[in-house]
Amino acid sequence: MGEDSSPTETEQNDGQRFDRLPETPDERTVEGRASREEVVEYFDDRFEIPPETFDDYTFWEKGAGKIWIYAGESPSPLEIEAIGMTCLRTRQEHWKPTTDFAQRFGRHASSCVVELEDDRAKRFAAGEDQDLERWDGDWGYLIGAHELAGELEPIGIGLYVHGELRSMVPKGRQREL
Amino acid sequence: MEPLERYRPIVDDFEAFLEACARPLGSAVRINTIKASVDRTLEALDEHGVAYEQAAWNPRVLRLETDSPGSTWTSFHGFTHGQEEVSAVPPVVLDPQPGERVWDCCAAPGGKATQLAARMDDRGTVVANDSNLGRISALRFNAERLGATSLAVTNDDARNYSLERFTFDEFDRTLVDAPCSCEGTIRKNPDALDNWSEGQISSVAGIQKGILRRAIQATREGGTVVYSTCTFAPEENEAVVQHALETESCRVVDFDIGLEYAPGLTEWDDEEYDESLERAARIYPHHNDTGGFFVAKLEVSA
Repeated sequence: MGEDSSPTETEQNDGQRFDRLPETPDERTVEGRASREEVVEYFDDRFEIPPETFDDYTFWEKGAGKIWIYAGESPSPLEIEAIGMTCLRTRQEHWKPTTDFAQRFGRHASSCVVELEDDRAKRFAAGEDQDLERWDGDWGYLIGAHELAGELEPIGIGLYVHGELRSMVPKGRQREL
Repeated sequence: MEPLERYRPIVDDFEAFLEACARPLGSAVRINTIKASVDRTLEALDEHGVAYEQAAWNPRVLRLETDSPGSTWTSFHGFTHGQEEVSAVPPVVLDPQPGERVWDCCAAPGGKATQLAARMDDRGTVVANDSNLGRISALRFNAERLGATSLAVTNDDARNYSLERFTFDEFDRTLVDAPCSCEGTIRKNPDALDNWSEGQISSVAGIQKGILRRAIQATREGGTVVYSTCTFAPEENEAVVQHALETESCRVVDFDIGLEYAPGLTEWDDEEYDESLERAARIYPHHNDTGGFFVAKLEVSA
């Protein structure tokens, strides 16, 4: 919110409306807004979700850094309550995917997915943090998953730091299973 | 149960009807095929020892043998959503197709809107509207939990709804699951009849007429509108459709649903309704051991 950051050629984000993300950073007209290309690249780089997974979807920003994924039709800008689902938080040092996104698209991921056995899966879904020393992958945001009905099923987003897996499952989504 | 006495002349086996209304209803869930197939959901329930019975008329509807259907893995993952069995009927009758533009004009808390999205393979546009901002948050929560990406949520009065905000100016199909006196939910909610009065019925009927008229106007010629309520009152059901037939271009059409039901009424008190209203469905609690519902399917004409 610094006054010195006001851009000369770009607009400020209007947090009350949905604006479709520009295709590339070059097409950006709003200061600090992520582009579609960057969002798709992030999901590919971090989780190896193939970019074509998102071919039929558009990405939008409403609220500061809140990115939404949508499969329907809409003009831009648009002032309504919601389109599709929130999928990612940008405008912060480390981008952070949402638990709902992880559940919906996480099965396409082949990297930064940590498989949790039954008891750990339950604790993760209940919002508990837990020690996890065997994880030898990257630090940062991971997808917590467990085996369910013959397949690995994503549970939500966790933050892995210092041998600890912190459940990022939001309060309203946490369950005692 | 006193208010239900007025239906004695129109309900077959009225004593069985009253008995059914007095029995509590078990937990029913709908399988959300956006998140998982029917087979995989059943396998997940089996794996965790949750017993169920699949509804004969719709393999995506289950009666669960558990007191806490929300504390299952299938619920957490959004494979299942708590939804009364008959409440899953109107979206099936509307029969939306992938890629279409569909309006659910009284959508919160979103069980039917997400069911519409699932039936469309989450492809196309489902505009889920509700006039009550408080209930919109429940709608949004459910839509995200169930992974519906084709849903757009608006907060307006359906009676004077404007499509100007979108890139299209009419819908292919519209669901009017109207606010009503909720008599049919007595098994779920024993307080449902506490504030019952004929005055309340007539005031809600006025709102229903306004919503259904706008729904027909907002739907393309040849498109489909389904009108449903969870109540038995003819003033809120046949009379509302009758009003639509008299004021808008539409006709009542047949539909198939593998549930037992009674035909819609063609008369009530001193009122007479169009013969085509026999094509509507009155689903009573003693028919299929469910809640009560009214469903009518309309085709928009020139």
